Amino acid sequence: MDIAVRGGKIVEKVKESRAKKIDASGMIVMPGGVDIHSHIAGSEVNTGRLLRPEDHFKDFERKTLKTRSGVGYSVPSTFTTGYRYAKMGYTTVMNPSMPPLEAKHTHEELNDTPMVDKATYPLLGDWWFVLEYLKNGEIEECARYVAWMITSTKGYAIKIVNPGGLEAWGSGRNLSSIDDQVPNFGITPREILRGLCRVNKLLNMPHTIHVHTNNLGKPGNYLTTLDTMKCVENLASENKPVIHITHCQFSAFKGSDWRTLKSGVEEIAKYVNNHSHVTLDMGQVIFTDTTTMTADGPFQYTLHRLSGNKWVNHDVETETSAGIVPFRYRRKNLVHAIQWSIGLELALQIQNPWKIFMTTDHPNAGPFTSYPRIIAWLMSRKAREVTMKKINQRARSRSLLPSIDRELGFYEIAIMTRAGQTRALGLRNKGHLGVGADADIAIYNINPETTNPSKKYKTLRRAFENAVYTIKGGKIVAGNGQIYKDVKGATMWLDVQVSNPVEITEEMKRRFREYWTVECENYPVTENYLEVSHPITVKAEV
Amino acid sequence: MVNLYPLKEFRFPIIAGCISPDVFQGKNREEIEELEIWEGNKQGKLGELFKVEEIRKEEQQEKTTIVIHGDVSKVRRIGKYMTGGEITIHGDVGMHLGEEMEDGKIIAHGNVGEWAGSMMKGGTIEIHGNASHYLGAPYRGSSRGMRGGKIVVHGNTGNEAGACMKKGLIKICGDAGQFPGLRMHGGTIYIQKDCDGRVGGCMKSGKIIVNGFLESVLPTFTIEGIKKKVKIEENEVAAGPFYLFLGDLTENGKGKLYVLKKKNPHLSNYEKLL
Repeated sequence: MDIAVRGGKIVEKVKESRAKKIDASGMIVMPGGVDIHSHIAGSEVNTGRLLRPEDHFKDFERKTLKTRSGVGYSVPSTFTTGYRYAKMGYTTVMNPSMPPLEAKHTHEELNDTPMVDKATYPLLGDWWFVLEYLKNGEIEECARYVAWMITSTKGYAIKIVNPGGLEAWGSGRNLSSIDDQVPNFGITPREILRGLCRVNKLLNMPHTIHVHTNNLGKPGNYLTTLDTMKCVENLASENKPVIHITHCQFSAFKGSDWRTLKSGVEEIAKYVNNHSHVTLDMGQVIFTDTTTMTADGPFQYTLHRLSGNKWVNHDVETETSAGIVPFRYRRKNLVHAIQWSIGLELALQIQNPWKIFMTTDHPNAGPFTSYPRIIAWLMSRKAREVTMKKINQRARSRSLLPSIDRELGFYEIAIMTRAGQTRALGLRNKGHLGVGADADIAIYNINPETTNPSKKYKTLRRAFENAVYTIKGGKIVAGNGQIYKDVKGATMWLDVQVSNPVEITEEMKRRFREYWTVECENYPVTENYLEVSHPITVKAEV
Repeated sequence: MVNLYPLKEFRFPIIAGCISPDVFQGKNREEIEELEIWEGNKQGKLGELFKVEEIRKEEQQEKTTIVIHGDVSKVRRIGKYMTGGEITIHGDVGMHLGEEMEDGKIIAHGNVGEWAGSMMKGGTIEIHGNASHYLGAPYRGSSRGMRGGKIVVHGNTGNEAGACMKKGLIKICGDAGQFPGLRMHGGTIYIQKDCDGRVGGCMKSGKIIVNGFLESVLPTFTIEGIKKKVKIEENEVAAGPFYLFLGDLTENGKGKLYVLKKKNPHLSNYEKLL
């Protein structure tokens, strides 16, 4: 079968005599990889880079004629991030947490991330405007302001981190369930989640709400995760997903404390298998030295106390918070080994690959460069067993993994790393090789007919580490671990059109003057700020 | 055995992680000359900067011995990751000597730059001159310090010797700068002469022995008692009496700081608290 490409798109056919041909026989051709959740840019990532000089000095790349130099293993510099994704055959990356106040910084870094198309999700779950309108039950008003925020920060989806908890963190507290009251606002996380889920529908957003649950990283939190999924159950229609629970591994802990920690995957998988309104991503732990960074300030404080490592914590004015702690996942540590097992259990226990996607929540559970290793674990029981022999014994005895025989096939991997993610993101031109799709193609040197991935997992891993060809927008940009061409990727953003858009009133200016360090006029990111702007227009229902 | 002679006086920093018995093992002179090193921002060959002289003995030794004759104070990362063999340097050495070495021996007959024995895991480094700052300390930002091995300095050291140390022994026959044993959580630091102060800041565990004058102990240390002697390593005991302090309390630490009583009469008011 031939795939024809012209003008950066996949087309029915081209004139064979004049076209450049790539012989991919005996290889796997997939759409370019898509990462739904990877912290690659923004003030948080940049602070992570500052915090971790020791992360850089061992992993550095020299300047070449085509590429720029760069450093970093878990928090690589922007250019290196782009190159490494391209080498693995990835062409689209979503940066999942952007405090709206730091939007300009984030877009500057995204501009400097080459090779991949990208988008970013503004954090809206703890924004004072949202909390106030939801408290008063003014959903449509809330939707208008969210639309204004998405467009003025050039964002792509609504990201919610520890709803309400971050606002509470501003006064040194946290919330412990989705029915706790947010201090000063008299609203609960349940109301925030349901409210923003309805806003998301009113605005016809392509992606669902992107949720980092309350109680993340605490034993027994699988119940909160189940509550979170259940609380928007009746907002779903036509079997379409309405909520995405991100890095679910961190939200699937069972047990009363760290010593009794167990996997809560069974219950979560059962729920997800029986309902169609949820999508998840893994947040697979890799045993390595990495940097954790989330907008979940209280969680990062706990992690700092647990590990004793250096940390950065930040409360972003009226919007969100943030924290960064370097962290090393160890094979012999009970908790880390259980976490490793939980991630894989999630991917294997959830039957439908369109519902669970492969991520490491880069860099929280491991750097994105470990994806080939995860593919090997998912496709080969033998690979899992080899790792399982090396992990903490008690964790092994508590793990469900030895009882799971399932081995994923190449089609399932293609869904979990590409097609499923683009469907969840609502990107119609990506994640498939049909006519009209963007010509983002990855070719891997492994023959599915002659290679048994279950046995030859090392060959599999090597094949996915370096694509033979990475084609971006119809151009061969990388291959065999080399960058052939340094291309700029587009920044996708939503132009949400509401019938009655928010006007900047004197009242709003006053509030900016009182509560923000930035004046209202300087707040929005204008389109000329983006080097390659790719607006996606959506018509809202308000 | 391989002899290296610097061909000129170096102007730019040279990164030469390849000067290590593990890399030289099994290579002949031509191959050693071809090894890649960086001089400033230019990549070059070892043979362009050093005269390499190979002395073959009848019976092949298990691990190579390297002897450097001359001033290599601009040359960094000598003996990086080495797992055996021996390096002897007749002259001054640059930064990062024996970085993350696992075994073997390095003898420097001159002064040594910063981060000597940085993050080392085993083996021995013997320095006959002075060592600069960050002896055995981790790279900037890292909290994984020395995890084994032994460093003996016959001269003085700079600041932050043995920072973040976890295991092993640092023996300083001369004076030590400020902050020896910063954030250490294991191992032993033995300072035979005076110390500039702030000993064991943020230490959690391990022991530091000061056998000379120490102006003051950090306020976050408490006096525990007076000890007659302290064990340094097998077959070596430091004779006291010593004041024993515990700390650093800001980190809930239980590190032990021994200060010689005889040389520090100004600390005698601590005895009232016993």
